[in-house]
Amino acid sequence: MASETHEPDRGEVLSPERRRFLGRLSIALSAIAAAMAGIPVIGFIFGPLIQSEEPVWRRVGAVNDFQIGNTVKVSFEDPSPMVWAGVTSLTASWLRRLDADRFVAFTVDCSHLGCPVRWLPTAGLFMCPCHGGVYYADGSVASGPPPHALFKYPVRVRDGQVEIMASAIPIY
Amino acid sequence: MAGFIRKIFWEAVDAFEERTGLIKFFGDIARHPVPPNTGWWYVFGSAVLVCFIMQVVTGIALATRYVASSGSAYQVLNYITYRAVLGSLLRGMHFFGASLMILLVGIHMIQVFLMGCYKYPREFNWITGVMLLFLTVAMGFTGQLLRWDQTAVWATVLAAEMLGRTPFIGTYLARFLLGGRTLGGATLSRFLAFHVFFLPAAIFMIVAIHLYLVIHDGISAPPVPGVKVNPKTYRAEYEKLLEERGVPFWPDVAWRDVVVAFGVVATIVGLAYFVGPPGLGQPPNPSLLANDPSPDWYMLWYYAVLALLPPGMESVFMIAAPACAVIFLLLVPVLWNKGERHPSRRPWAVAAVLMIVLSIVGFWIEGSRAPWSPKFDAKPLSAALVGTTSLPIVTGAQLFHDKGCEFCHMVDGQGGMRGPDLTDVAHRLSVNDLRIKIANGGGNMPSFAGLLTHDELDNLVAFLESRTTMPSARLNRVTQHNSNFADVVRDRH
Repeated sequence: MASETHEPDRGEVLSPERRRFLGRLSIALSAIAAAMAGIPVIGFIFGPLIQSEEPVWRRVGAVNDFQIGNTVKVSFEDPSPMVWAGVTSLTASWLRRLDADRFVAFTVDCSHLGCPVRWLPTAGLFMCPCHGGVYYADGSVASGPPPHALFKYPVRVRDGQVEIMASAIPIY
Repeated sequence: MAGFIRKIFWEAVDAFEERTGLIKFFGDIARHPVPPNTGWWYVFGSAVLVCFIMQVVTGIALATRYVASSGSAYQVLNYITYRAVLGSLLRGMHFFGASLMILLVGIHMIQVFLMGCYKYPREFNWITGVMLLFLTVAMGFTGQLLRWDQTAVWATVLAAEMLGRTPFIGTYLARFLLGGRTLGGATLSRFLAFHVFFLPAAIFMIVAIHLYLVIHDGISAPPVPGVKVNPKTYRAEYEKLLEERGVPFWPDVAWRDVVVAFGVVATIVGLAYFVGPPGLGQPPNPSLLANDPSPDWYMLWYYAVLALLPPGMESVFMIAAPACAVIFLLLVPVLWNKGERHPSRRPWAVAAVLMIVLSIVGFWIEGSRAPWSPKFDAKPLSAALVGTTSLPIVTGAQLFHDKGCEFCHMVDGQGGMRGPDLTDVAHRLSVNDLRIKIANGGGNMPSFAGLLTHDELDNLVAFLESRTTMPSARLNRVTQHNSNFADVVRDRH
């Protein structure tokens, strides 16, 4: 009796066209699945770039607390304090009373690299500790590396209280 | 009984190996042949890996206590440092592990470059190494920020401002770093995510590729003067070398790595124990302004470069220099992937390394002195330093302090270093020169024309005119000054 030779069972044999189609289908499905999962993830991580934070007015003291001509540091909450931010939600400004009801508020961030500038009352200058940038009393650049004058916050007086418009860290 | 247990043990091992093949897999890797005479120059890569493992282990341990909340992290760090059992030691190990890792990455890179190990066929290993270098620095920076004190807060603002200089997308990059438009609740969580998830995941992945390539292309043989790399014949020559003179990595070569690894661990633990972790500064309150933020030691040289650049070049340099450094380092194996490997035959390579190392050391020393930073804590000059009771001079000395001159100028070793030393300014500048300079300013000095009254200017000039190096000359000038100065003032009025 002649022995029979059996072809091994290879299951479904795919034509080259079908194999190509299934390969592309697998890649497309993987890409779509990755996009479905990835877009929300990337959106969440990059959300702060597009999330708007409206500036808000913050009270920093009664008008009579400030002497005309004096420049003092005032602290207030930033525009979007989070409950878990603690003291990091605070920010500051150099506030000067110009006359009875006019004030000017300068950012504390040096326009060079953002270091905290100090007011030297006897010299009438703002000076940066990092690279020695100096500003005149009106916030204009006096010397050193700062490329711009100090940013000024809008200030107003309401109900006898001085209010500063807290806004984003000025990125120069 | 012991024989029975031994039999069961080895049967279990055999069963495990029959199902996984892992023992043979790792055994083959451990015993793979390497060129002879590799010596002590080849230990730095494994030393970096040991540092990284130390960082992962100590980092995980610290993460069991750390709270990534902007409002609480400072208190938690205080707790870890001063109250938690072995907390100070662990923080110190993490800090010195990071420092040593950055140092050893630099040494490893120099060794690979000088020995020409990046040439064919190991170009991609150099490229993955460059990626690991920048990831390591990024880990260091994000780690410094997790030390959430006032310096970390201002360093974050500084980094955001630097990113903000990037053309077109600067503001977006700054917001991405801060986690919003202000520094606050979202900022620290962001740094933690980068420091413990994104960056380590990238490092793990690239280290795996780096090590795979070490096995795939083999450890490069020590360079020999005159023996050049020829991509067409290199593989065959390397295989022949291994066949004829190759030695197993374990233990013939690996023992040196183990000795150095022991030294690395002992150094990290020793420094952590005897020196301790970096101290915490003031709380992370951005409304406290008495702070002079500076980076940890490994970035101090770059901080100095930025401080010393002409202002006009700054924005370009901040963005373009790191980008050019990355591109240049990635191009190194593309441009010079064959030819001589031995440093004695590559003088320009040696010169380039020397120049870069000396520059970094020079900038680092300058960064640690920070002569450009005003010295806000300078005390008024003492009566002994003023050296006279002459009223204009004494008043001028007080003005020298009150008007901020002393924060930038030194007199008799007291004061800042930003401006010229004025100890003997009277030798260099006349009364009129001083008046013009003070009134007009220039360079890094503001104009004081609108900031001083006539009398104040007179007194300040009187004080500066009394500054000479010779005490006797100083006394003479003081005496002379009292008569001459009256004439000058009278003329001016």
